[in-house]
Amino acid sequence: MSSQDWGTLSDHAVAAATVVFALAWLAHLAEWAFGGRTVAAPAREPALVGAAGTDAPNPPPDPTPSIDRSALLGRAGLSLTVLAFGVLLAGVVSRGLAAQRVPWGNMYEFATTGLLVATGVYLGLVRAYRVQWLGVFLTGFCVVVLGLAILVYVPAGPLVPALHSYWLVLHVSAAATAGGAFAVGAAASTVFLVKSRAEQRTPLDARTGYLWRLPSAAEMDRIAYRVHAFAFPIWTFAALIAGPIWAQYAWGRYWGWDPKEVWAFITWVVYAAYLHARATAGWRGRTAAILALVGFGTFLFNFIGINLFGSGLHSYAGV
Amino acid sequence: MRTALLLLLLLALAAIPGSFIPQSKVDPLAVSLFVSRHPTLAPVIDRLGGFAVYSSPWFAAIYLLLMVSLVGCIVPRTAVYAGALRARPPRAPRNFDRLPAAASYLTDRPAGEVLERARLVLRSQRYRVDADATTVSAQRGYLREAGNLVFHVCVVVVLVGVAVGSLFGYKGGVLVTEGEGFSNTLTQYDEFSAGGLFNASRLPPFTLHLDSFRAQFQVDGPQRGAPREFEASGTYTPSPASPPRPFDITVNNPLEIAGTSVFLVGQGYAPVVTVRDGRGDVVFSGPVPFLPADASYTSNGVIKVPDARPQQLGFQGFFLPTAVAGPDGAPFSAFPAAANPMLGLFAFSGDLGLDNGPQSVFTLDRSRLTQLTAGDGTPLRLRLQPGQRARLPHGLGSISFDGLRQFARFQISASPGKSVPLVAGVLAIAGLVMTLTIRPRRAWVRARRDGERTVVEVARLDRVAGADLDADIDALVGSLQQSSGGTRNR
Ligand code: HEM
Repeated sequence: MSSQDWGTLSDHAVAAATVVFALAWLAHLAEWAFGGRTVAAPAREPALVGAAGTDAPNPPPDPTPSIDRSALLGRAGLSLTVLAFGVLLAGVVSRGLAAQRVPWGNMYEFATTGLLVATGVYLGLVRAYRVQWLGVFLTGFCVVVLGLAILVYVPAGPLVPALHSYWLVLHVSAAATAGGAFAVGAAASTVFLVKSRAEQRTPLDARTGYLWRLPSAAEMDRIAYRVHAFAFPIWTFAALIAGPIWAQYAWGRYWGWDPKEVWAFITWVVYAAYLHARATAGWRGRTAAILALVGFGTFLFNFIGINLFGSGLHSYAGV
Repeated sequence: MRTALLLLLLLALAAIPGSFIPQSKVDPLAVSLFVSRHPTLAPVIDRLGGFAVYSSPWFAAIYLLLMVSLVGCIVPRTAVYAGALRARPPRAPRNFDRLPAAASYLTDRPAGEVLERARLVLRSQRYRVDADATTVSAQRGYLREAGNLVFHVCVVVVLVGVAVGSLFGYKGGVLVTEGEGFSNTLTQYDEFSAGGLFNASRLPPFTLHLDSFRAQFQVDGPQRGAPREFEASGTYTPSPASPPRPFDITVNNPLEIAGTSVFLVGQGYAPVVTVRDGRGDVVFSGPVPFLPADASYTSNGVIKVPDARPQQLGFQGFFLPTAVAGPDGAPFSAFPAAANPMLGLFAFSGDLGLDNGPQSVFTLDRSRLTQLTAGDGTPLRLRLQPGQRARLPHGLGSISFDGLRQFARFQISASPGKSVPLVAGVLAIAGLVMTLTIRPRRAWVRARRDGERTVVEVARLDRVAGADLDADIDALVGSLQQSSGGTRNR
């Protein structure tokens, strides 16, 4: 196939992945909607898939039909997410083949690669910790970002000389990985905030609905911490080691307080503050979770705000 | 901890303004634009150090405070840690039920056997184990704190290393045209800045000669005109006595000479011109660099001819690598490569003012110059293509555009000890990963005989929140029971 064919294939695959993510999102939204009418079953597994499936060996006494429907929708959402992951992977790989380089040289490519990583992290977490409840956030986020990515689309092509470097590969892939994981961490922290407030305010017998089938706030906090603990060293490497080394080769200086560098540093400092807050009396829990969300906010601002409106050396080849 | 946390947040906040207000070290041009647009606001911002946030006293104050608190944190914690390393695992609390995770079970095996088994199991799980007649105490995860200390120490080392490197380091820029050379002395630099402890006599005495410069641009597709490859090649001599060696410098591949790096950071065109004066003598001949002003290399420059007689001559104008006529007739550059070069100049005669002190080679002091005019009284506009020559009015001479060369802009810099922050950075990440993945744990197993049977009590404690203790204790009980048997009751 010619590089043009690969480029076309990539464009179609990314478009298809957007559609599949949208379907997955709808499925998860419907799962919430149907889950809303069910009564919590406190002793049951929080996970929806498998645990409450129709083929469970010991169905809970008197299962309300909407639980089944909700579980089925959840399972459909997850399967669609797996499918979307595969299609997006094809899109990213064929983009690389079209451009004959690693596919993260501009904003569009960074977004698609970053979402691929975020989805990968999520699916990994689903296997390890049963966090399907994240699905509604993740798929929604993917749909929105893929939709916005169209705005900064550029056809596949070679890179400006400053981007010809192995360090580009390391720097950007690490940044995309950390960014994907930060996104998942932010979702977990959001649910933690919602759930911990609900746990304080809702009497035990009023705990019905989808929210109460999610893991407890404590569990949510644990998952958020693990994801951030995974992402933070990777971000440190991307922003404070690989980035400066690459900058040294390309521009002759390690660190120049270019707006992009400033915000990468701010993100790093805020997440360091989050990790500290978790170990500081009076800052644990809600305050720490808010710091994590602020950290993700600074990351998004760097990626969107600074790329589009800022100036500086980091402006990409045609965005 | 709370101080550190507040200082971190303060540092993040303090870093923000510098990303919105232009910084003189990043983009001096943007600063002067900003100053002229905001005449009332700018002096206030300037007084607050707003155009140099990252070297301002208040920014320095925050990170120095952070450094102090960092050191003030590392030192006592290292002492505590050294003590903890030598200490035995903590004794078992009397009442296990108070601990976050505890279980007990009954077995037929004698207490001693159970405890011995517990010791082996915990050992095999890499616990440090201490046992007495009734209890086994165990602890693991000592490396977490080590990793944490390594991380925080390395943060200090990185900051100190960067500071030292910039104190002793220097950075300069120079423009070298094809066929010309550069020798590494202060006077040859176009711009130069150095740290407070830099010593100019320590500049390595290398020279380099630029033979050719190659630039490639995308010729088709939506990114037409985007740069693709730049390569400067020539020869260099590391020291006056050594023979010349070839070099190739591309954008991401600097030339390293004796701890100094030569980076390719820019390029442009240098039209070769010859100027004859009113007497017909050649008073100037050679390449003149024109600085690119946009992505298609529309470039601006100045030619000064102090030797021309009867009057000195000056030219100011533009160079277009690929000139095409615009809709209004004015030419513009359509492509960055030199497909249809054109030199457009205004001419001046009089006194260049070179006796009044140093001047930039890219500006013309027009205070004592008169602009030459065409027959109709409008300013004289010269348009030259390679090989063309234009006569100046009033018998002042002529100028010809003989050919085209390219120039490379090099940045030459050294920051001594630059591997120190790098190594510290890598170690910091290793320490960080240790801190974030290793969990310090304690475990206790107590066994006592109760009639015919042995009551075994097991407890677990995590020093860091966030572990699934119940699952852990189930696993521990499971492995104890594997050999010693028993029935569990919680
Ligand atoms: C540049 C400044 C600093 C950065 C980037 C930084 C970063 C970090 C990180 C990433 C952790 C790991 C958190 C975890 O274990 O979950 C940590 C832990 C810690 N830091 Fe810092 N830190 C800084 C300054 C300080 C200072 C000044 C202190 C002294 C008060 C301090 C005390 C601690 C302590 C005691 C821990 C252990 C917390 C725990 O056991 O979980 N840090 N720091």
